[in-house]
Amino acid sequence: MNLDLSAILAQTALLLLLAPLLSGLIKNWKAKLQNRRGPRIWQPYFDLVKFLRKDMVISEHASWIFTVAPYVVFLTSLSAGLLVPMVIARAPMSLFGGALALVGLMALGRFFLALGGLDPASAFGGMGSSREMTLSAIAEPAMMLAIFTVAITAGSTSLSQIVLASQGPGWKFLDPAHALAFAAMFIVLLAETGRIPVDNPATHLELTMIHEAMLLEYSGRYLALIEWGASIKQLVLMALLANIFFPVGLAADTTPAAFGLGLVFFVLKLFVLAGAVVFVEFTNAKLRLFRVPDLLSAAFILATLALVSTFLFR
Amino acid sequence: MNIHPATLLVTSLCGYVIGAVAGLLFLRHEKLANVLSFGASTVAALIGLLAALSFLAGGVGAPVPQFELLPSLIPYIKFTVRLDPLGAFFLLIVSLLGFALSTYSLGYAKGFFGRKNVGVLGAFFNALLLATTLVFLADNIWLFLIAWEVMALTAYCLVSFEHEKPETRQAGVLYFIMSHIDAGCIILGFLLLFQASGDYGFDSLHGLGAKMAPGKRDAAFVLFLLGFGIKAGIVPFHIWLPAAHPVAPSNVSALMSGVLIKTGIYGLTRVCFDFLGTPPLWWGVAVLTVGTVSAVLGVLYALMEHDLKRLLAYHSIENIGIILMGLGAALMFLHSGHLVLATLALIAGLYHTINHATFKGLLFLGAGAVLHATHTRNMEEMGGLIKRMPQTAFFFLVGAVAISALPPLNGFVSEWLTYQALLQGFGTMESLWRLVFPLSGAMLALTGALAAACFVKAFGISFLAQPRSEQAKQAHEVAPSMLFGMAVLTGACVLLGLFPTHFVRLLDPLTQQLIGQQLSAQLSLADGLVLASLAENTGTVSTLGIVLMLVCLLPIPFGLWLVFARDSKTRRGPTWDCGQRGLTPQMEYTATGFSKPIRMIFKALFRPRRDVQREYDFSPYFATTIRFESHVEEVFERRIYRPARILIIRASRRIRAIQAGSIHAYLLYIFITLLLLLLFAL
Repeated sequence: MNLDLSAILAQTALLLLLAPLLSGLIKNWKAKLQNRRGPRIWQPYFDLVKFLRKDMVISEHASWIFTVAPYVVFLTSLSAGLLVPMVIARAPMSLFGGALALVGLMALGRFFLALGGLDPASAFGGMGSSREMTLSAIAEPAMMLAIFTVAITAGSTSLSQIVLASQGPGWKFLDPAHALAFAAMFIVLLAETGRIPVDNPATHLELTMIHEAMLLEYSGRYLALIEWGASIKQLVLMALLANIFFPVGLAADTTPAAFGLGLVFFVLKLFVLAGAVVFVEFTNAKLRLFRVPDLLSAAFILATLALVSTFLFR
Repeated sequence: MNIHPATLLVTSLCGYVIGAVAGLLFLRHEKLANVLSFGASTVAALIGLLAALSFLAGGVGAPVPQFELLPSLIPYIKFTVRLDPLGAFFLLIVSLLGFALSTYSLGYAKGFFGRKNVGVLGAFFNALLLATTLVFLADNIWLFLIAWEVMALTAYCLVSFEHEKPETRQAGVLYFIMSHIDAGCIILGFLLLFQASGDYGFDSLHGLGAKMAPGKRDAAFVLFLLGFGIKAGIVPFHIWLPAAHPVAPSNVSALMSGVLIKTGIYGLTRVCFDFLGTPPLWWGVAVLTVGTVSAVLGVLYALMEHDLKRLLAYHSIENIGIILMGLGAALMFLHSGHLVLATLALIAGLYHTINHATFKGLLFLGAGAVLHATHTRNMEEMGGLIKRMPQTAFFFLVGAVAISALPPLNGFVSEWLTYQALLQGFGTMESLWRLVFPLSGAMLALTGALAAACFVKAFGISFLAQPRSEQAKQAHEVAPSMLFGMAVLTGACVLLGLFPTHFVRLLDPLTQQLIGQQLSAQLSLADGLVLASLAENTGTVSTLGIVLMLVCLLPIPFGLWLVFARDSKTRRGPTWDCGQRGLTPQMEYTATGFSKPIRMIFKALFRPRRDVQREYDFSPYFATTIRFESHVEEVFERRIYRPARILIIRASRRIRAIQAGSIHAYLLYIFITLLLLLLFAL
């Protein structure tokens, strides 16, 4: 076992620095499409620094779970990010876990965040926790089937192996199985990152909110950690979609030239995906809570079709 | 230390006997009975644990001790005991749980002082452990069935321990009936086996399936699946489980959910992998499907519960389902001749078996501690316990994370192995049946995520926020011996989670015995740090690595604090109450409210019904009283069991006609029966 320390450090830095930019970009583009000027794309960085400097108010009902949750959310997103190939085809920590560990780590973060929502005895927090856990449970089978489809064609659940397999011969760009699985995963991405047909990231103190409801009692640096963790999670999921389904331009080795080219490709792919997310947010209204399962079952059916087409169209 | 496992085994069995006798001898001295009987079972279980570990650590080819426990006077019946790898693995489970539960009981039974007879509790507890141990070790059909029956009866007595409550008596009777239906199926199954072998010893049954007619072999399989399935609590035969497990004393609930239902898994594994030979495809498909359905329905019903112990009982159904997924996949691989994959799937199922024993035992002990402190099982009356019972809360949280299959604990590891087996199964066959693998994988994902939702509810509502009742406010931490019992199982959860490659090595003799394969070398990478699914490029995971990764990343948030937030202050304040002064516990989210979205999404299954009655004086918006009732339909109870019960009662009324009470009529019946039997014999 050899761990490449520089790759780990580079990917950690990339995750930390790129994630707020991606959030800022999506907000800015969405505003532009809605004829607003919108916040600068750097705004999330300023927000994070401001949150970090602020004093904190912690509910008198809260226990140590409330304190632990932000750290768990932040660290699980970050370590999930180290399992995903981003610029280089081999993810730095791919030996420690593949797609299943990624799903597990994100579920661990969600588990503690939901407990953190219940801890301060506020009805808003409980509401958010309940909805978050429900929707993620409904999204899970679609996500797992999509992952299964890709893993079956690649013969592995290791994300690096999946990406490497896609660069080998015999891999067809967007064959029916991959196209359908991509569609399913895209819907799951919208649900997991709390995007518009499922949740509205712009609401505060509305009865429709899901993610924001859990964070209502958080302030100061804990809020910063959770917000940062959430944007890292978004980056990780987008990187997963970008690199598994469009494995172009991934660096094969760690020479500076290959690395630079890979980085450019990676950022471009993320921009395209972010554009797609913005487009969906711009053209759709938020669904009623009990209509969301319909959307997610559509994702499940797409993933099932993807699986069937792995042996129908060969 | 060089003591033969057989010696340890006999010592351990004697320990249980001593514990049972001591409990009965000191019926009048409850303190003495408590210490003696649970003390004896603690020691006996510890010795049993040593026996199992020393045998399994002996590796492949360790001599298998086989001996007669007691001389028998009846020709066919032999009390032969054999410690083979499969039995030893289950001995490990029962002894581990027995040890933790016995220490826990030392403190827990004090709650019964002056109210109930602790000596009886201790005696039956020991007898149950003894019978369960013998079920796993029996080497003869007779001994197996006797131990099985003693186990069912002692468990019935323990379920009915608090028999002054009508709910308990009802649950006890239901358990009694169901356990006798399962015993009946198993006896019939063994009769079919005996027909082919002509001998009652297990020695003559190994690989017997090859010699049996296919029809009889299938019939035997169905009977065993029914019998052992009822014991394990598969859907739709699960209804006794959420009735019986919660009403028993909590140490017994933990034993029943942790070990007793595993006797069903043991029986199925023993029969399918040891006796019945290479299975046809549909056996595997049937077991896998039953497992998947049980897993999903078990967790869905668990979500609807706000009785903490009933919730845990439903989760047992879910986890039995997950175990059966592994076993079913293994049977399918055996059919298609993929022995390595069959071994992987078997390891996944058995790994989940011991995992479920540890975390479910732990959770039931936690629930018992909460019950001990608050005197209620209703989650809506708990809350805020994390501040009053900090250690119990921590142990319960560990159990909750483990059962939700979250890394890095043990539930994640065994579900990971199950996923890997299902995933690789897709390529093993050409027929459409291969779709079963990924679809049950998807259902496993749904199950895992719903379990996480359920345990956010269970932990969040019971332990967090403000206390919802006076009892919860008065709660206090439980006795050290109870905490010790929970700590043992917490340790087991963590160790089984972080060191899977080391544990898998203990399973080598077992898989060698049943399938003839050993996988521990193929499953282990990087000196055991990384768990691989057969090869490096098919998928790897390292729970220890994940923990290391999380710890190594910890300096980042700490650094952020150092750079930016050193001068910031932290203040305690009230929770945001929308401007109304004072947040009361009634305003908190309830357990029923928490699971409402799920109830609505799966309303086709639950058929939720609610009645709202409001009384008002002038406007419906200003009600003076509101009465609210909400129900979830229990489909199996209404659609299957109630009609069946009515039918049986009606039939028995008819049959009663022949019981006139006249001795002449009875003599006639006996005569006719005798004649018929004679004719049949000719």
